[in-house]
Amino acid sequence: MIEGIELQHILIVTTLMFFIGVYGFLVRRNLITILMASELILNSVSINFVVFNKYLYPDALQGYMFAIFVIAIAAAEAAVAIAIIINVYRRFKSVNVENVHEMKY
Amino acid sequence: MDFTYTLAIILLPLVTFLTIGLLDKSMPNKLAGVLGTASIGTSFLLACYTAYQYFFVYGMVDGVYQKIIAYHITWLKFTDTLHIDLGVILDPISVMMLLVVTTVSLMVHIYSNGYMHGERGFNKFFSFLSLFSFSMLGLVVATNLFQMYIFWELVGVSSFLLIGYYYEKPSAVAASKKAFITTRFADLGFLIGILLLSWYTGTFDFVQLTQTSAIGTLESPAIATMGGISFMGLSVISWALILIFMGGAGKSAMFPLHIWLPDAMEGPTPVSALIHAATMVVAGVFLVARLFPIYAIAAPDALTVVMWVGAFSSLFAAIIACTQYDIKRVLAFSTMSQIGYMMLALGVSKYGGENGLGFTASMFHLTTHAMFKALLFLGAGSIIHAVHSNSMLDMGGLRKYMPITFITFGIAWLAICGFPGLSGFFSKDEILVAAMQNNTPVFIIAVVVAGLTAFYMSRLFFSVFFGKETKYHHTPHESPKTMTIPLMVLAFFAIFAGYIPFSKFVTSDGAAFATHFHWNVAIPVTLIAFIGMGIAYVLYFKESTIPTKVTKALKGVYTTIYNKFYIDEIYLFVTKKILFNIVARSIAWFDRHVIDATMNGFATVTNYVSNSIKGLQSGQVQKYGLVFLMGALTFALIFIYLVTK
Repeated sequence: MIEGIELQHILIVTTLMFFIGVYGFLVRRNLITILMASELILNSVSINFVVFNKYLYPDALQGYMFAIFVIAIAAAEAAVAIAIIINVYRRFKSVNVENVHEMKY
Repeated sequence: MDFTYTLAIILLPLVTFLTIGLLDKSMPNKLAGVLGTASIGTSFLLACYTAYQYFFVYGMVDGVYQKIIAYHITWLKFTDTLHIDLGVILDPISVMMLLVVTTVSLMVHIYSNGYMHGERGFNKFFSFLSLFSFSMLGLVVATNLFQMYIFWELVGVSSFLLIGYYYEKPSAVAASKKAFITTRFADLGFLIGILLLSWYTGTFDFVQLTQTSAIGTLESPAIATMGGISFMGLSVISWALILIFMGGAGKSAMFPLHIWLPDAMEGPTPVSALIHAATMVVAGVFLVARLFPIYAIAAPDALTVVMWVGAFSSLFAAIIACTQYDIKRVLAFSTMSQIGYMMLALGVSKYGGENGLGFTASMFHLTTHAMFKALLFLGAGSIIHAVHSNSMLDMGGLRKYMPITFITFGIAWLAICGFPGLSGFFSKDEILVAAMQNNTPVFIIAVVVAGLTAFYMSRLFFSVFFGKETKYHHTPHESPKTMTIPLMVLAFFAIFAGYIPFSKFVTSDGAAFATHFHWNVAIPVTLIAFIGMGIAYVLYFKESTIPTKVTKALKGVYTTIYNKFYIDEIYLFVTKKILFNIVARSIAWFDRHVIDATMNGFATVTNYVSNSIKGLQSGQVQKYGLVFLMGALTFALIFIYLVTK
């Protein structure tokens, strides 16, 4: 429990973060920006885990563990994603997703 | 007594078939001919030895010829009682058939050495002959219905191969197909009959099926229960046996399944002699004889069918034979008529003792007929060899050019006409006596057929060897020794086979009985035969205009008979017009426009739909993401709505 800050406020912040991430994911054309947007989504979820743990079950640890887990996954994912992006750049000389549309019918 | 050596009679031709067939072109023709002849010759000697051992030494126990299982293996075992075996059974009719088949086959092999000389595919011909001999011998010694069925099909195949021997001739190809399909169709009935019979009795085995008790009833209890079940007014066993007879009628060219036999004459003449006169076509008679106790005791209705089919075919074929000009076709119809005779003899017979006279007479006639009909065919082959034509119109006055053929053919002619003292006289007489004692209408038909037989055979004989002097392109010459020797041997049998006391050896129940000669039948029938020969003498001995006048006077009738009562046309009408045109076409239309169309419709719709929605797969990850998000939100909304409601 953090003094003066209610659970709802934190949840509003994380929801905003989440939808900003989704918005960025859908609207941005630069692959690196899209990756950053997805990091925003992940972080908003991690915060949720921590907050719920802290506010609702102060004696338990699962939420914290999950947050750490997500961070680890996000790190691995970022490494892979950046590797992909570098390869995409080498191939298309661009990191714009609109140029990368070979995955169609 | 160990009869295992009888297996060699059957296996020798098989080995020969494989040897000649596999080596084929790398084997000199002469060697193939000698090898084939030698192997069937050995089989013949073994068959003679078997017959001696069986009939005179070991076969009879307490005055009854036993059924001896000489060799036996269980092949396919379904249940303890129902299994398909392969084996060799020795009983009077199978031993008799072994002798008949090997004798005729040996003669035909020797003859073929001369007749087929220089033909392309000489080796192939001999390997097929061996295959046929093997199948036919396997058929006659079959210990059970299923083995019989297997060899039954094998003789069908060999017949098909040999009819189509001149496979470059379209007519030969058509004839072989016709023979195969017609008999195959009949065998369908045979198979259903076998299945019915074995379903109810639980066995295929002949010994078990035909075992009779002392009082002359069948011992197999299963057949008694089968007799109780009825279907459409006939007991199931009658149905089963009628269906089995359908197979026999197909193979034996009985009306209405006879259409293949005249066309089968497209094959080489030795083949016609062996397969389509002496052996394979009597398989149907043999089949009925093999199951005779069941026919006679448990299914008299089926036996009546056999009798009428036989009587009708015999008359029908004899009438057609009077009008044909192709020498081999005349003989083919004559064969059909004589087999009808055997069938009607079986049909009028009863089981046991002297009541089984018809059975004995049928087997007797089968033997004598095999000899003289094979002789007639081989003689005809000799004539065709000299004249290079099948048509009687191209022949005439041949007696001067071919003395041996003339004399031997003459003997066979007298034998088939029933000239007193020759084999045909005795066997026909027994058939007629049996018919007279049991069924008057059939007897009358048989007498008429005897007269007709004498007429058409004399017509053939006179117009070929006497008649008008024909101008030949080159003078006809007598055939080589390899062809005339079999003629002489068969002529010997055609004369003397009638003196075998058949009722001592081959009877319906295995017990010998004495036959009496019935002068009251023999004399009138012989007179009728003489009348037939006399009419033919008047019409055909010298060139005369009477036959032409008669045919002119009876134009409509004559044309109908000449065209074999249009049976072929009826078959063609039924198959081409009705089956192919109406039934098959409408089914084909249904297949194309309903079944195919449904499937094509599915394909078209799938294609169309996928074409129109493939734009969704744009390759743009962000579009996918958007769609995914929308979907997730929609689901979330639905979920919330449902939870809050």
